[in-house]
Amino acid sequence: MPDLSHSRNAPALVPSALLRTLPPASRFVLRSSRAVMDAAAAAIGLSLPAIACRSAQADPRAALWLGPDEQLLLSTVADGPALATLLEVALAGMPHSLVDVSHRQIALELHGTQAPVALNVGCPLDLDIAAFPVGMCTRTILGKADVVLWRTAAERFHLEVWRSFAQYTSAFLAQASLGLAG
Amino acid sequence: MSRRIRKLRAGSGSIATGGQLRTLSGARVDRSRALNFSFDGRSYTGLQGDTLASALLANGVHLTGRSFKYHRPRGILCAGAEEPNALVGIRRDAARYVPNLRATQVELYEGLCAESQNRWPSLAFDVGAVNDALAPLIPAGFYYKTFMWPRRAWKSLYEPRIRATAGLGRAPRQPDPDRYDNRFAHCDVLVVGGGPAGLAAALQAARAGARVIVCDEQPELGGSLLSDRPDSVLIDGMQGSEWLLQALRELACNSQVTLLVRTTAFGYFPHNLLALNERLTEHLASLPPQLARERTWQVRAREVVLASGAIERPLVFPGNDRPGVMLAGAARTYVNRYGVLPGKRAVIVTANDEAYRAALDLHAAGVEIVRIVDVRKSTGSALAEAARKVGLPVQTHSTIVGTSGRLRVTAAEIASIDAHGAASGGSDTVGCDLLLISGGQTPTVHLFSQSRGKLAWDEELQAFVPGAPAERVRAVGACNGDFDLPSVMGEGHDVVATGAGRMGYVGALPQRPGSQDKAFVDWQHDVTVKDLALATREGFQSIEHIKRYTTTGMATDQGKTSNLNALGVVSRQLGKPLPQVGLTTFRMPYTPVTFGSFAGLQRGDLFDPQRTTPMHSWAASRAAVFEDIGLWKRARYFPCEGEDMHAAVARECRAVRTACGIFDASTLGKIEVVGKDAATFMERMYVNAWSKLAVGRCKYGVLLRDDGFVYDDGVVARLAADRFHVTTTTGGAARVLALMEDYVQTEWGDLDVWLTSTTEQWAVIAIQGPNARQVLQGLVADIDLSAAALPHMSVARGRICNVPLLLFRVSFTGELGFEVNVPADYGLSVWEAIYAAGRSHGMTEYGTEAMHVLRAEKGYIIVGQDTDGTVTPDDAGLSWAIGKSKADFLGKRSLLRPAMSAPQRKQLVGLTTIDPQVVLEEGAQLAGEAALRPPFRPIGHVTSAYRSAVLERSIALGLVCGGRARLGQVLYVSMPDGDIPVQVTSPVFYDPQGERLNA
Repeated sequence: MPDLSHSRNAPALVPSALLRTLPPASRFVLRSSRAVMDAAAAAIGLSLPAIACRSAQADPRAALWLGPDEQLLLSTVADGPALATLLEVALAGMPHSLVDVSHRQIALELHGTQAPVALNVGCPLDLDIAAFPVGMCTRTILGKADVVLWRTAAERFHLEVWRSFAQYTSAFLAQASLGLAG
Repeated sequence: MSRRIRKLRAGSGSIATGGQLRTLSGARVDRSRALNFSFDGRSYTGLQGDTLASALLANGVHLTGRSFKYHRPRGILCAGAEEPNALVGIRRDAARYVPNLRATQVELYEGLCAESQNRWPSLAFDVGAVNDALAPLIPAGFYYKTFMWPRRAWKSLYEPRIRATAGLGRAPRQPDPDRYDNRFAHCDVLVVGGGPAGLAAALQAARAGARVIVCDEQPELGGSLLSDRPDSVLIDGMQGSEWLLQALRELACNSQVTLLVRTTAFGYFPHNLLALNERLTEHLASLPPQLARERTWQVRAREVVLASGAIERPLVFPGNDRPGVMLAGAARTYVNRYGVLPGKRAVIVTANDEAYRAALDLHAAGVEIVRIVDVRKSTGSALAEAARKVGLPVQTHSTIVGTSGRLRVTAAEIASIDAHGAASGGSDTVGCDLLLISGGQTPTVHLFSQSRGKLAWDEELQAFVPGAPAERVRAVGACNGDFDLPSVMGEGHDVVATGAGRMGYVGALPQRPGSQDKAFVDWQHDVTVKDLALATREGFQSIEHIKRYTTTGMATDQGKTSNLNALGVVSRQLGKPLPQVGLTTFRMPYTPVTFGSFAGLQRGDLFDPQRTTPMHSWAASRAAVFEDIGLWKRARYFPCEGEDMHAAVARECRAVRTACGIFDASTLGKIEVVGKDAATFMERMYVNAWSKLAVGRCKYGVLLRDDGFVYDDGVVARLAADRFHVTTTTGGAARVLALMEDYVQTEWGDLDVWLTSTTEQWAVIAIQGPNARQVLQGLVADIDLSAAALPHMSVARGRICNVPLLLFRVSFTGELGFEVNVPADYGLSVWEAIYAAGRSHGMTEYGTEAMHVLRAEKGYIIVGQDTDGTVTPDDAGLSWAIGKSKADFLGKRSLLRPAMSAPQRKQLVGLTTIDPQVVLEEGAQLAGEAALRPPFRPIGHVTSAYRSAVLERSIALGLVCGGRARLGQVLYVSMPDGDIPVQVTSPVFYDPQGERLNA
């Protein structure tokens, strides 16, 4: 019997200047009441922000606000099992839903001064730094695909894309960034 | 008077660059850069900065098109977006031909190739001009009255001929080779129009720190300042052009300001969303490969400032459409901005003072002003005084009753206005090669009206101006009916300019009674005063009806120059004040927009996302034929060398029945339902009973809408007491999750349950067939695969090839079957490992087509194919799935209605053709007796039909009225070439006892 535990295949992407593929990651969708999620976040070293559409980060972990009862938890592949264990212990006996979605989506990173411009080819949100500050995250659309958009620096965006939409999203961004200097 | 015309004899050695008819100095063209271009095959030169219209005029060309209906020779009437006559086709190459462009907006570039339209064989001699003589036979609305007989001729003769005649220009036949961009943008202030009013507003907003976007349809910002003589306006102590330069520099240096030229704001949508069309390459001689041709901007603005200016209104009188007839303001633009002399001897007919400004500027440039004819009794404005002072002949209280000249105006016939307000009997003929007209200014309220703002009638202006706004929008400057530059620019600026008053004129000029010559209201659609009069005589009262009957204002220019005059004519005909006649709707787009720019990036590969599974590349490398299911690409079948679909599907089906098959089921929707109330949620959602479902076991779930009809189905596994793994159909995944989430959030706040989509977390590999267990045996760890430990409809966690595994013992084929779920990144390598292990067991890859046949042999339905939104669980033979003792579930109340259990409802049955080789057509209608021809009331229809390899005959499923009571009956499938007799059977064709399934 072959050992395939290291034979991962990510979806094929269309490369472009502003775009970088991020390595595989651990991902969990945590859904519960705010109090329970606060407790869970504390257990993994995060403090959830008070307002909507903001993220909490303590390397390598991050929590992204996706709804009043939903946080997307991200970390490295290596940290995944430890993270899961911490969460299970912290959440034991509390009403919640914790679902592993590590493989459901992939992460792309768009960087450079023109990154917001390229995103605005297909994303209708106001990406001005005042309207969409560093740390802000939201579910939105890019062209015809759903993405989770997270600003990790003034000129850097992290995109979480369902894997079957990854090729479309990368092709869209390649088109969108034609003629835009990095 | 000094002659400033640069005179050159044709054929002399020295070639004038940029055409012969140029002023000596000034203007915004680059006199050092001559550009060659062609019009209808003849070569000309123009200058950098010209439009096609100004370059043609510089070469003495006024005749630029033939009118739509009468094929009358037409010239250049305007200098901007409102041009109704000079519509041309621009050809770059075979794929880049754009018809119906306004020559007044086409920027000249080296090598530009333009063609006139609607003429044959040539522009100067056009056979279609016979229509002009036939005009009495083709009045307004003639097509509603003629072509009635013989009826047959409509399809074969009239319609094809009318279609060939209608419309201007020819669309290119090749695919569009260009790229079109899109941009979403947000700002505090969007300024539409970069004239003095718009720039003043932009400066004010920018200085206050606002995010500002300024857009203008022209290649440079400046608006009316571009058409002014540089010394005629002083702003903040500077000449207009100098102030403009400084203002633009200030705006360009502000990082919060975006200046967009060649950008038309063409649509105004709710909540201050405006659509702009930016043309990036239309003006370039060669196309940079990286640059998109056009860009659509979708701008969300906190506030919109409409500084879109005004359009000069023509005057309506007989023969007002000859080449050489031009708006006075347009002539002024050609002289001052483009340095072009549109004629040598001009007659000016006006109803307002602004035309005197044109007269003065043309006079200063060397054009002889033969006469200024003013419709008004008197005028005392500063501009009129200035005209008199330089000796320009002014004739007041007079009108124009006719023109002459074939391809260019040669004379105007002027008459005085008598005591009754009509033209007097006598008239004098004044020779001219340019006839300038001005009926006042019509504010460009298109966007304001699109924003649902109310328009108000301005009696002095004789035009509609913006009234109460519906959005956060304000109109400024000429767009707001304000033509006084100091007031337009506001208190922040010190402005010295000569005002002209606001008088306007609508409708036809006074004529002699019984005047016969055509007086055009709508140039582009050839609508005359007579046409409008005919419409009112025939009883039309509403301007909306008159518009449709006469087609006035319905051309691509949307009546920019004609709508108010049409209203004026109708108002006089009906004896009703103009505001009571009403106003037609302003619709987007303001000027025509290319389909390419609407499509934007959404073409080719980016038209829609093509969702592929983790194993897609494997199927593609096996030359699978794919089909589209929703956005997914699914392998339909895997043809071997020389196989057609039937052969491939038959082989794939046989392999599953006799050995084993491998199938990519990753696209099935998956939802993880988690929480201590998960079972309660499932009880309420699905028809089935869930509470007693043991952990590790699966159940086939049926989901209804609240109307009681089948909405979706799928296998549901209980992974833990508080965790269900729900599968849905491929196409239903998103809507089922949305329906569930809707109930959780809005109806069932009492439940501790949450939903998470895991569709793409898992790659799903179905292994189906008698050898399935043997294949997996060597690969799976930590799970006992025996029938006793892992019976049909159970689930277990373990590992496969040392990869985490969620293994389902389920079957959609009726064979012993497993579905291997592994995290998606492992899908491909696990698939390849299973395939390698399976080869010695006869493993064959199969696609969705074989899957359809195999499930039909077992009578398993496909929601959406065997159901159509009117099928209850009982209709589909699924009443066994309903938890009978449940208090409630989604759709239960609807199922209690008597009609939902009527015995004559359509029920799912099997259908076997008497001739086993005949495969029915899906969707075919069933009759209870032979030889019924349509129309008859069918008693059912075929939902699925296949050739079954294992049964060696065709099979079909159908929905038939009272079907289950008809077992054994012969029905007739009504087809065009006769009936096909079929027998009603059970829908389960293969292994009805399910022995193979439970192996």
